[in-house]
Amino acid sequence: MSAGDKTGGANPWELSANGDRPAVRGGSAGTGEVVLSVRNLRKEFPIRKGILGKKAFKVAVEDVSFDIGAGKTLALVGESGSGKSTVGLMLLGLLPVTSGEISFLGRPLSDRSAAERRELRRKMQVVFQDPYASLNARMTVRQALTEGMAVHRLGTPAEREAKAAALLKQVGLAESALDRYPHEFSGGQRQRIAIARALSVDPQFIVLDEPTSALDVSVQSQVLNLLRRLQRERGLTYLFITHNLAVVEYLADEVCVMEAGRIVERGTVDEIFDTPQEAYTRRLLSSIPSLDPSTRRLVGAGTR
Amino acid sequence: MASENAPLLQVKNLRTYFNTPRGTAKAVDGVSFTLERGKTLAIVGESGCGKSMTALSILQLVPEPAGYIEDGRILFEGRDLLDLTWEQMRAVRGKDIAMIFQEPMTSLNPVYTIGYQIREAMLIHGKEAGAAQARALDLLRRVGLSDPEQALRQYPHELSGGMRQRVMIAIALANRPKVLIADEPTTALDVTVQAQILALIRELQEETGMSVLLITHDLGIVAEVADDVCVMYAGQVVESAPTRDLFHDPQHPYTKGLFASLPARNRRGQDLATLEGVVPDSTNWPKACRFAPRCPFRWQECDTIPPIPNPPASDRPVRCHLYNPAIPGRPDASTVRKEEEARGLAVLPSHDDAPAPASQKDAEVGR
Repeated sequence: MSAGDKTGGANPWELSANGDRPAVRGGSAGTGEVVLSVRNLRKEFPIRKGILGKKAFKVAVEDVSFDIGAGKTLALVGESGSGKSTVGLMLLGLLPVTSGEISFLGRPLSDRSAAERRELRRKMQVVFQDPYASLNARMTVRQALTEGMAVHRLGTPAEREAKAAALLKQVGLAESALDRYPHEFSGGQRQRIAIARALSVDPQFIVLDEPTSALDVSVQSQVLNLLRRLQRERGLTYLFITHNLAVVEYLADEVCVMEAGRIVERGTVDEIFDTPQEAYTRRLLSSIPSLDPSTRRLVGAGTR
Repeated sequence: MASENAPLLQVKNLRTYFNTPRGTAKAVDGVSFTLERGKTLAIVGESGCGKSMTALSILQLVPEPAGYIEDGRILFEGRDLLDLTWEQMRAVRGKDIAMIFQEPMTSLNPVYTIGYQIREAMLIHGKEAGAAQARALDLLRRVGLSDPEQALRQYPHELSGGMRQRVMIAIALANRPKVLIADEPTTALDVTVQAQILALIRELQEETGMSVLLITHDLGIVAEVADDVCVMYAGQVVESAPTRDLFHDPQHPYTKGLFASLPARNRRGQDLATLEGVVPDSTNWPKACRFAPRCPFRWQECDTIPPIPNPPASDRPVRCHLYNPAIPGRPDASTVRKEEEARGLAVLPSHDDAPAPASQKDAEVGR
């Protein structure tokens, strides 16, 4: 079935019959090769109710569908608890899917053999929010950068070392960093290391889960520039999970707005930011602080 | 002593130092500012610039024994808080000057009910128990909790982050303080909740006439709520101005760099400006201008002559030789302009598609 009157694009989604349909526009994914495609993704977490431990489920993600075109950035935005990080974890295979389909490079992951899936996992990497927690404190940068390559049996040990050094340079760190430990680096430098680690196995697709939220603005700008450059140079496809709408309007091609586990609206940055269709999207956008004190949005006009 | 004519809170030449194994860390190093009655002053800067230590110094809550206030005056209604005894200072904290912090979970005690913690704040300052109970209920209603009677009996873990921050605000307001110090009050919260909390603080401020000292790294929040801004870098105030003036015409190269590094709609497809290098070590600040090692306009004198806080060629305090004709070797205005354009410092960030013109000034706004 088609997504109906709101779709309008060349790439109609399949949506379950019962759910509220998200306002869908955009569709740049339809013009190029689709790298990642998600259909009707659902995640339930078991919870216990009452002293008898009656089984119940909390639905964290419901009926989530989207496509990401090659070399594009799709932003998944929403407030904490909206399920956006859960979607990212399911894509990466770090959390089992309750139901729904994830297709990567044209075929559903469920159709693939275990060996094929492992190879595909290599092409899907992740950078997390907190570079203090996501790097192993007991591993040197050299170990962190070569471990992934060793697991996927890429290259000889000497080649891996050479590549680790080259990656560090690409993300703007000196080769001398190889034998140091994470605690010797600042937050921004650690995030560069985490990015280099993600790149070490030559991914095509990277989930960026709030990668700059823990950083100062001057460091954030360096990391965002780096992510843009790497995307240009390597043709990377990004799923950018964030609550920072300023980063979204700067960086993303398309936006999915999530609320309570569902995508309520999807479109290009211009569509979402200029003509939001859903009340929730409008509320989210109106919460962005203005950058101009003479047009205050949140707390009345700047008359004082 | 206390005078109605004196500014409400005046910090003069504050120096807060820390003893570390590597030497004396000068976290706050000569900070001065004035908070007027009923106004909001924002102190903005990146982590490690000394803004939180400035706030803690006002309440004399600097972590001891490593940290200490080396010098300065903190005049509250004309009276120097640094002259008070520990007991006298306790009477000021939470009564005349209250503070809320970034993480409302760690600021609330998990083993006491919300009601207990609000009442405690009032009982300490001598309020009678029955009156405290009534006011606690009133406060929770005022900060927007949907079921205040129930909230009084609840524990912190039963509330969401936004609700906990509302409770913190209720506690802070319990004794009708004249100054509310808010240290990153919305950093841990979602944007929609942030908007509610900022609006709430503003409403309460209009109701009670209290002043707010807002510590934040978020220029968007500053634009929304502050009347005046101090930009801190490396333990010093490098620029201060009324909010509109600062946003329409940032002058210090660091302030310009901060604005230029913000991701925004009108910067799509362009690299963001970056501030090269890192904040220097607080045990070893650069001798002259502390921003010089990262400054795109740096020349020889920047490393030899410390910039004065009020240079003659600016309408505001800005700690930079570019605004001081007495300093030799100054680049001329067109060179500076070219450099700014090359580095993306000339266009201010905007959520609108069209680039915002730089340096448009509002004539009606003045100090």
